[in-house]
Amino acid sequence: MLHGGAAVKGSDVTVSGVSKSFGAFKALKDVTLSIQKGEFFSLLGPSGCGKTTLLRLIGGFEDPDAGTIEIDGRSVLGLPPDKRHCNTVFQSYALFPHLTVFENVAFPLRIRKTPRKIIDDRVMHYLSLVQLEMHAGKKPSQLSGGQKQRVAIARALINEPSILLLDEPLSALDAKLRQHMLMELDSIHDKVGITFIYVTHDQQEALSVSDRIAVMNAGEVLQVGSPRQIYENPSTEFVARFIGETNIFAMKITGKEGVHISGKVAGIGPLLVDDETDAQVGDEALATIRPEKIRISREKPQTNGGRINIMHGVVAEPIYSGFQTKYIVRLDSGMTVTVFRQHANWSEGIPDIDWKDEVYLSFSAADMVIVERRAT
Amino acid sequence: MKQRAGFLYTLPQILWLLVFFLAPLCIIIAYSFLKKGLYGGVEPQFSLEAYQAMANPSILMVAWRTLRISVIATILTILIALPCGYSIARSSNQAIRLFLVIVPFWTNFLVRIYAWIAILGNEGFINDIIRWVAPGSAGIQFLYNQWAVVLVLVYMYLPYAILPLFSTIDKFDFTLLDAARDLGATRFQSYTRVLLPNIRSGLVTAGLFTFVPIFGAYAVPLLIGGKDSYMLGNIIADQLTKTRNWPLASAISMTVTLSTTILVFLVALRKPKEQKWVFDADPSAAMSAAGGR
Ligand SMILES: Nc1ncnc2c1ncn2[C@@H]1O[C@H](COP(=O)(O)OP(=O)(O)O)[C@@H](O)[C@H]1O
Ligand SMILES: [Mg+2]
Repeated sequence: MLHGGAAVKGSDVTVSGVSKSFGAFKALKDVTLSIQKGEFFSLLGPSGCGKTTLLRLIGGFEDPDAGTIEIDGRSVLGLPPDKRHCNTVFQSYALFPHLTVFENVAFPLRIRKTPRKIIDDRVMHYLSLVQLEMHAGKKPSQLSGGQKQRVAIARALINEPSILLLDEPLSALDAKLRQHMLMELDSIHDKVGITFIYVTHDQQEALSVSDRIAVMNAGEVLQVGSPRQIYENPSTEFVARFIGETNIFAMKITGKEGVHISGKVAGIGPLLVDDETDAQVGDEALATIRPEKIRISREKPQTNGGRINIMHGVVAEPIYSGFQTKYIVRLDSGMTVTVFRQHANWSEGIPDIDWKDEVYLSFSAADMVIVERRAT
Repeated sequence: MKQRAGFLYTLPQILWLLVFFLAPLCIIIAYSFLKKGLYGGVEPQFSLEAYQAMANPSILMVAWRTLRISVIATILTILIALPCGYSIARSSNQAIRLFLVIVPFWTNFLVRIYAWIAILGNEGFINDIIRWVAPGSAGIQFLYNQWAVVLVLVYMYLPYAILPLFSTIDKFDFTLLDAARDLGATRFQSYTRVLLPNIRSGLVTAGLFTFVPIFGAYAVPLLIGGKDSYMLGNIIADQLTKTRNWPLASAISMTVTLSTTILVFLVALRKPKEQKWVFDADPSAAMSAAGGR
């Protein structure tokens, strides 16, 4: 996150209308992005959607077929990687196996013929930033995955780039270490204050550290926004489903009064949605509700005149996971809905809900979002 | 138990070495310390004459020339083989390209030498063209000098260098080159600072596979070279067939074998522990490659 203290030293990156094909395969289709100075910006999408390709274009390893890439307002097309102020942390670390940790980190300085004294100081400074001073003399093959990762980060930072490109830097680590390294990356970002462009297919990672996220699929950028915007206000069905879990209702809009929309879901009945949309009465639309925004109860809840949707069903599967239970509820129509219930307050005396129990689901129209519409 | 089983696996190799390598070597050693027979062969009488004869300046001069030709030809071979091996390793149709590298092996060694004579000879293909373009000119004598010998040696041993280089470069992680470029290295620096150090074992193997056989070359300098390109292999052959001084031939062979063996072991000992030999080439394989010619 952008914290007040760190000076913003990074560069901004503008990608406009960039396309890239490999043979007949279109890896990137007309991608436009604008990344701000000092931002922790994530490219999030499933494997094969073109994240690495976009990163390689920014890094200068490939040239786009169309479009432009600007760093600090200046086009970098045709500029080789060694002439751009960005450095990359590669997915496979790409440490030089014939060099020690120290020599790996010193590599960029030696290439630039930096005096030895300065090399020693700088390398030790960056090794201490990633807590590896003790391992300076080891070869990469003697390091654990997390340590290799840190060497790669120190090596990429030592040239003091204005942009750091990270290609799924944590994907080779186990879950616990991944969490830890993620927090470390975040604190390194705060310390160095440069622009981070972070590629990941893990929505949890992206949500927890990014200032902004670009969600990609099949070579296209579907939505750009803060983690909250992406999660709370997904702009397409794909984004809604890819980020976290969600429930989607296909409805036909029957009434519209400002943001108050009413519709009809086949087999379920009326559905109330409050969302700004240009959908018109008669359109088909997809409305989504997050599982944690649905209340589950045995007794039928009161609407008290509010715009609340109430549905009836049977618990098909309760999945207990400590801090919460995930219920898969089969509605009378046969459709299944996922519900999360946090175990915050057992003292309130909420009756336990179990397999095969008949339940009511209730959720507010305000929590629903229309993700796609089709005029008919 | 385990050790004994391990011994069984190495038995064929040990037998092979004994019969085809050590036994002939012992005979050569023995001959080199005997007195020369009148019409070839040896007299069963201990003598150091052969080794004294070796100190002859003309032999020493040929030894020096052999070393020089071998070093130059090896360096040229590797300089050509490196980009070849690299491009094969990076290409998408490796099989076809590797196949093309080994195709020449299907033709006899001597036939390939004569093919070069047909191309470069005084009555050869290129001189035909020269005389056709410039009627009346005598053409150019390409053959019968050291450079012709080097050229044909490089041609002959190129595949021996390409194959081990290809096999190490193929295992090389090319993202390391991207990383080097990313960290500020020029393309050339990425090759010299990252590629070369990581394919050292392939370079060493390629160097040995080329240097060792070239050092013992016989047919190429005989057919392609002139008076100035006589190499140790030719002297040995002359001593056996013409001068009929078998002990001297044995002593020179011994020295050649011994010095190349020492070279191979020095190189083998020098290699860093982590790096494995490509081709699993143990020194004896390099030696037997040399034995062929
Ligand atoms: N050099 C290349 N040649 C051919 N196809 C490629 C190349 N690089 C990437 N691709 C293809 O482009 C698509 C996107 O790849 P990539 O950017 O690596 O995806 P991601 O990093 O999102 O997993 C993939 O289908 C991949 O197969
Ligand atoms: Mg990728």
